[in-house]
Amino acid sequence: MNLDLTQYNKVFENKVRLQIMSVLMANDEYDFNSLKSILDVTDGNLASNLKTLEKEKYIEVFKTFVDRKPNTRYRRTTEGERAFEEHLKALEKLIKQQYK
Amino acid sequence: MKQEDLVKEIASIRNLMEKSSKFISISGISSVLIGTYALLGAAYAYYEVYGFDSQMGYRDHYVNEPLIIMKLLTTAILVLIASIFTGVYMAIKKAKANRQNIWNTTSRALLFAMAVPLCTGGLFAIIAIFKENYAVVSSILLIFYGLALTAGSHYTFSEIKGLGILEIVLGLLALLFPGNGIIFWALGFGVLHIIYGVIVHKKYE
Repeated sequence: MNLDLTQYNKVFENKVRLQIMSVLMANDEYDFNSLKSILDVTDGNLASNLKTLEKEKYIEVFKTFVDRKPNTRYRRTTEGERAFEEHLKALEKLIKQQYK
Repeated sequence: MKQEDLVKEIASIRNLMEKSSKFISISGISSVLIGTYALLGAAYAYYEVYGFDSQMGYRDHYVNEPLIIMKLLTTAILVLIASIFTGVYMAIKKAKANRQNIWNTTSRALLFAMAVPLCTGGLFAIIAIFKENYAVVSSILLIFYGLALTAGSHYTFSEIKGLGILEIVLGLLALLFPGNGIIFWALGFGVLHIIYGVIVHKKYE
């Protein structure tokens, strides 16, 4: 079966990245530790995938200190929002194609 | 990629969006327990005010004698402390089972949304007691508790919004029919909590 993969976003091929983006779509902002516990991933895995999303300019990073401990929060950008929505549309299309 | 994988992927996105933005660790059973405490408290208060074998409409006491006020206030505070303790303890237990963090972005948002109406209502009730406006206390508590639930419902089970609105309606009715505060109080904090606890438990647990 030949699938049209033109709209399928390679950045979201990684499950953790897709999950991070899902959380940031449902919430205006989310901090590192809350993300870690909800996704149940290691620090390193989460950090490297966040870095990728940041490089793609899909998310923005805000660093503050709470009781002298670093508190890093993330927000989606308009570009990230658009990319995520298009990725969902692509998934939807793929499903429809396979029903044919 | 296979069809099932795609459907699974979309389901997992949906699940995560829901889980990350709603605090789902509120326990239905704790709501039933809290309702029971409220009913016990109300029964004790009724006994103190109306006496045991009074005729309909005949009271042993009125709610303006200092001793009665002290007894009612103590009962209310005990019920409140027991309720908070039960609610928090069972939420922590449920969060552990759900693998959800009890102190996360959502629970903080939920707490803050509820804290504003709750603190306002609490202070309002305390001022009313100081000014000896005892008749309005039970409706103030019901109305502001209802507002707190409605405000918080955005961050947890959507059923909580309905509960909040019903509490507000009972509070307004209590204001309309003064002297029956204890009955509306028992309905709002007792019966409604038990009904909603059972609904949440059946639907989500």
